[in-house]
Formats: sequence, C-alpha cells, structure tokens
Amino acid sequence: MNVVVCVKQIPDPADPGALDPSTKTLKRDGKLILDESDSYGVEMALQLVDAAGGGEVTLVSMAPNSEVGGLRTALAMGAAKAVLVSDDALKGSDALGTSKVLAKAIERAGAADLILTATESSDGYTGTVPEMVAELMGLPSVTFAKSITIDGGAAKVQRQTEAGYDDVECPLPAVVSVTAGVVEPRYPSFKGIMAAKSKPVDEVTVADLGIDAGAVGWAGGGQEIVEVAEAEAREAGTIVEDDGEGFQKVVDYLSELKVI
Amino acid sequence: MTHQPLSQSVDPRDVLATDALLTDEERLLRDTVRQFVGDRILPEVGAWFDAGTFPREMAKEFGALGLLGMHLDGYGCAGTSATAYGLACTELEAGDSGARSFVSVQGSLAMFPIHAFGSEEQKQEWLPGMAAGELVGCFGLTEPDSGSDPGSMRTTARQDASGDWVLNGSKMWITNGSIADVAVVWARTDPDGPDAGAVRGFVVPTATPGFSAPEIHRKVSLRASVTSELVLDDVRLPAGAALPGVRGMRGPLSCLNEARFGISFGAVGAARACYEAALAYASERVQFERPIASFQLTQKKLVDMMTRVQQGTLLALHLGRMKDAGTLATPQVSFGKRENVRMALEVAREARSVLGANGITTEYPVIRHMNNLESVFTYEGTTEIHTLILGQAITGLPAFG
Ligand SMILES: Cc1cc2nc3c(=O)[nH]c(=O)nc-3n(C[C@H](O)[C@H](O)[C@H](O)COP(=O)(O)OP(=O)(O)OC[C@H]3O[C@@H](n4cnc5c(N)ncnc54)[C@H](O)[C@@H]3O)c2cc1C
Ligand SMILES: Cc1cc2nc3c(=O)[nH]c(=O)nc-3n(C[C@H](O)[C@H](O)[C@H](O)COP(=O)(O)OP(=O)(O)OC[C@H]3O[C@@H](n4cnc5c(N)ncnc54)[C@H](O)[C@@H]3O)c2cc1C
Repeated sequence: MNVVVCVKQIPDPADPGALDPSTKTLKRDGKLILDESDSYGVEMALQLVDAAGGGEVTLVSMAPNSEVGGLRTALAMGAAKAVLVSDDALKGSDALGTSKVLAKAIERAGAADLILTATESSDGYTGTVPEMVAELMGLPSVTFAKSITIDGGAAKVQRQTEAGYDDVECPLPAVVSVTAGVVEPRYPSFKGIMAAKSKPVDEVTVADLGIDAGAVGWAGGGQEIVEVAEAEAREAGTIVEDDGEGFQKVVDYLSELKVI
Repeated sequence: MTHQPLSQSVDPRDVLATDALLTDEERLLRDTVRQFVGDRILPEVGAWFDAGTFPREMAKEFGALGLLGMHLDGYGCAGTSATAYGLACTELEAGDSGARSFVSVQGSLAMFPIHAFGSEEQKQEWLPGMAAGELVGCFGLTEPDSGSDPGSMRTTARQDASGDWVLNGSKMWITNGSIADVAVVWARTDPDGPDAGAVRGFVVPTATPGFSAPEIHRKVSLRASVTSELVLDDVRLPAGAALPGVRGMRGPLSCLNEARFGISFGAVGAARACYEAALAYASERVQFERPIASFQLTQKKLVDMMTRVQQGTLLALHLGRMKDAGTLATPQVSFGKRENVRMALEVAREARSVLGANGITTEYPVIRHMNNLESVFTYEGTTEIHTLILGQAITGLPAFG
C-alpha cells in the first residue's frame, strides 16, 4: 500500500509572523517547519502502511527556497521519500494554483493508493486545497477523517461531524483529509533522524511538472489580496457572576456554542 | 566593508544565537527531546520528586526514542554524534537531573563499558535490550568507604578452581541499583592471581543469588531518581562475566569521562530551565506597582543568569565538537563538568531568590533543580576532585594525597 501525504512547511507559529506590506502575504523567507496539522496525516499514513504489511509513504510539498526542514521531520518519522516543488514562479500562488501544483507532484510521486492531507493548514487555513486536488486528479474526495481502514480496493472512513461521525466508503485511490488530533504523531526516533538525511528528496520546478508558469503564482492567481487590515482587538469576555446559578449560565453558554 | 546597522533584537532565551552553531539534524534531534520532555517529563516530574521515585516504565519510552546508549554504534544503538548525545542531556536535564541521570547511567556507565570492553557474547546478550529500555543497567564503583578515591575499593573478586568468579563487598550511592536487571560492578582481584590485584569489571545479572540492592531513602536531592546500595554476598558468576577488554582503574574512569561529558551539557539544561523560570516569573510578578523585572537589581540577576547559561552552552558545545573530532582530553572534560555544574548551581540559587517564597515550593521547577544540582556537584567526581585534576594538568603537580 503506497500513501502520498501532502505536507505544508510553514513559518514556526512560535515566532511572531509578519506580513510583507508589498505583497500583502505572509513572509516565508525564514526557516519553515512541518505544519503540525500535517503530522497527523503522516502518522496515519505510517500506520496504514504498517497495517497493510508493505508499501511506503511518500511526501509531497510545495515550498519556497528549496525548504526541506519540515520534510526532514516527516522523513525522520518514517516516510520513505519526498517530492518538493520549489520555484520562484510559485510566489503568490493562491489555493487553486497550489492545488494544480500538488496534483501534478502527486502524480510524479508514483502510483498511490491513497492521498492524505490535513483538513486545513495552520497558516493559510482556507481548507480548500484537498478538495481541489481531488477534483483536478479526478479522484473521490473524503474530508474530516477521524479514522481510515482499508478494505480491499476501498477506504472506510469515519468522517467527523458536529454530532459524532458518519461512516463513509469510497473506492481507491482517493484524496482524504485528516482531522487534527485524531492520532498521536510519533516522535521521530534518533535512528529515523539520522536516516532522514539520506532519504531522497526529488526537487522539481514548475517546468519539470509540465505546468505553464503563467497558470500559477502571481501570474495565475484567480484572486488578489487587495487590502490587509489589522484585526480588531478581541473584545473582553463575558463575566458570569455566581449568584448560586452561575454553573447553569456557563452550561447554557457552552451548549449554545455546541461544545457540550 | 559595508556599514550595515546592527540589529537591535535578540532572542531572550538564546541571546548569542548559539542555535546557529547546530546542524539541522542536531536541531531536529534536540527539538524532539525537548518536545518529549515537555510531553512526558515536565507534567509528572514534580510528583515523582515529591514521591521520591522514578518510574521504570520511562525506560522503554527513552529506548523507543533512541536515547539509551545513543552515541554507541550497533547492537540497537542509534549511533549519533557525541554532540547530539550532549544536546539530548541538556534537554533531559532541563526537565530534571533525575531523568538525565537515568540516561547517563544506562548509556555512559552501564552500556559503554560492555560496548568498549565486553566480549562479543556480552554485547549480544545485553546491549540490544538495554538500548530498547527493556533492561535497566547500573554502575557500581563507589563504596561506603571509597568515594573520591575509588582505587581504595574493598569489594573483591576471587576466581576459584572451576573458573567461576565470586564477588564480595558492598557498593553505595548506586543510581538505578534497585530497579536494575544488570549491574556493572568493579572489584579488586586477588593480588596473587593472574590479574595481580588489578580492578576488573563484571557484568552481574541482579537476579544472581547473593546480590541485593536496598534502596536509599531520605534523600533531599535527586529525588526523581532511584539510589541504592548494592550488597554482594558470595555472588558466584561464570568466568565469562568479567569484562575481558580492560584491567585497572582505566576501566571505570573511562566510563566516568563519558558520563561527565554528558553532565557538562546536562547542567546547562538545568540552569536554562531556572533562568527561564525566573525570567517568566519576574515579568509577571508585580510589587511596588511594577513587574519585579523592571527593578535594576532584578535585571542584574537575570542578565547574570543569562550570561552564564550562554557561556555554559558555548563551553559544552566546544567540548562536543572536540569529542566528535577525537581531540578531547580528560582535563577538558573536568573543565566542563566542574565549571558548568558550578554555574548551574549558582544560577539555580539566583533564580530561587527571584521567585521569592514561590521559589521554595516544588510547584515551580527551580528549587527542584537547585537541590538536584547538589548531587550533580558531588557525583561523577566532586568539584574538588576536578579542581585537582585541572590543577595537576596546569602545574604538573598532583595534589590528591
Ligand atoms: C489570508 C491568506 C493569506 C495568505 N498568505 C500567503 C502568503 O503570505 N504567501 C503565500 O505564498 N501564500 C499565501 N496564501 C496562500 C496560501 O498559503 C496558499 O493558498 C496555500 O498554499 C494553500 O492554502 P491553504 O494553506 O489555505 O491550504 P488548505 O486548504 O488550508 O490546506 C489543506 C491541506 O492541504 C495541504 N497543503 C496545502 N498547501 C500545501 C503545500 N504548499 N504543500 C503541501 N501540502 C499543502 C496540507 O495538507 C494542508 O494542511 C494566503 C492565503 C490566504 C487565504
Ligand atoms: C545521587 C547520587 C548518585 C550516585 N550514583 C552513583 C552511581 O551510580 N555509581 C557510583 O559508583 N557512584 C555513585 N554516586 C557516588 C558518587 O560518585 C560519590 O558520592 C562521589 O564520588 C564522592 O564520594 P563520597 O560521597 O564518598 O565523598 P568523599 O570522597 O568522602 O568526599 C567528601 C568531601 O571531601 C572532598 N575530598 C575528597 N578527597 C579530597 C582531596 N584529595 N582533596 C580535597 N578534597 C577532597 C570531596 O570533594 C568532598 O567534598 C552517586 C552519588 C550520589 C549523591
């Protein structure tokens, strides 16, 4: 069983991010790390390959400046190899442009039985790439997976909903997005870390993928960021005075939010 | 030369940007251990310290990560660089000196002698299980009447006509003694025997009749670590239990060099944790209507702590690079152990003062580190002994006896 996992490499959320005023986009010139959202997909892929008793996990990422920091983390966890798309022509890509590139890069990664992504990234979080990739590849799309089991040529997925989960099934190959927190990502082992540096990373350009540079990046953008504005300061929270019934007010508030 | 304006900003936790001295691989390894310590050690260690215990089950988690015997090659060991081992020690000890002690004892004191001086059978039998954390090891050198002068040990090993070894004596202050599956015990051979009274190392399964390991209680330091006495009462071992590769004090002392190297890094972790706790506390604690971090006296404390932690980091890293290059000398290991432990103890005491009354409870990490460091100050060669090693190295005159 071969699984491709799309992993986004993002600026470290622990460091304060900054917007580039000229492009109105996030600055991504520093070191990038594995998006935590994607660590769940990597873990799930490793478990599925283990359960299948063979096959391998291949990573696919699009990132500037030949960045491999996040890929090395996922390779150290146990992925076998990676395809990295890095090209100046990709600067300013919107979610559709990104999806076009990922779809081609997934094909380049070799025949996959399953393609995993996170439901949304931690920095851009449009939550639209997985579905667009599926559409561009002509594959079924299942979202918000909390568990996946493979049964012959089909994936059985528990799909998280507000109330619980739905059982859905689709033929393979398919693109499935994995909800954050549903598995416990393993720590990269030291042997894994040391092996990671010699695992192959196939770095390619837009041209290598047969994509017209005009269809991606600023040139191919279907959307334009016209303005960025400071987010409004957060309003102070509601203070519930406990008059003996305080707990009821808190419970009502939480059920209104559908948290309980 | 261009005249670029210098940046005004630094990372308060790494003012000299020492992070840039690490390779990507070292950083990933360091971050992995840091995350592990944050997930698995920090939430629990206060309770372990209060209860005076270290859970044996942690050994398997250490093993899965690759921490045990990590800088040894083969036999299930990860085979990292010495610097990487040091960085792991820093992160573990930023959690607790007890966790770092466990890893030091297992890797540098119990696995290392088997790896360096053991027979192929001994290596095959013990190392893979120890690397995985399925088997716990300990190291018995110190005795009730023999501490800084281990050459004065009284534990004996006599070989009888059948070739069996028989060990008698007792060992004191042995980390992991009561939870160990195997003890590397150093004992003096018969002065009239083939080894002419030289000290030899023995691989002793702790289930051997005559071996017992009562735990030492009432410690106020290194409480999240098991410390024991080893009692050897006619412990009979097959001929193959002796480590064939070394005779004399060079055996145990080379193990200590390994562990002391790790402590040079480990102490930096404890110091860093104290400095960071003090910095965070000082920024939040308000007195005289201002955060105490805004007082000049507090800033001096914080800056002094920060400076010493950074210096200790550079020192440890320098030793790591030398060890990996194969140029590290014994007095340099003493330099690192002596200076960084002393540094950490002083930083811990300063940080304790910044936390005021909160500084004396185990709700905060500082006094736990401070108390732990008293053990670290004494074990693996006391500060005085390392002073004497360095004193001899620079004057040529031994002042031990
Ligand atoms: C408000 C906003 C600001 C933006 N700022 C910038 C910017 O500063 N610079 C810039 O270049 N782009 C920027 N973008 C574009 C955005 O980063 C891209 O659209 C992005 O590549 C995909 O969108 P997303 O992160 O929202 O993906 P989502 O749809 O949220 O991602 C879902 C999953 O798809 C996969 N995936 C997504 N992107 C990649 C990738 N690149 N490689 C591998 N897997 C991936 C991951 O598994 C991810 O978790 C911005 C978009 C928005 C809406
Ligand atoms: C928590 C803990 C764990 C330990 N774990 C282990 C272990 O796993 N295995 C093991 O073998 N040992 C272990 N030890 C023992 C440790 O290595 C010894 O305690 C240490 O070597 C000092 O020996 P001592 O306590 O007998 O002190 P002593 O040697 O009696 O020293 C007492 C004082 O005299 C000073 N002194 C001694 N000689 C001189 C001199 N020539 N000049 C000046 N001053 C001198 C010392 O520096 C010290 O200040 C552990 C100790 C502790 C506290």
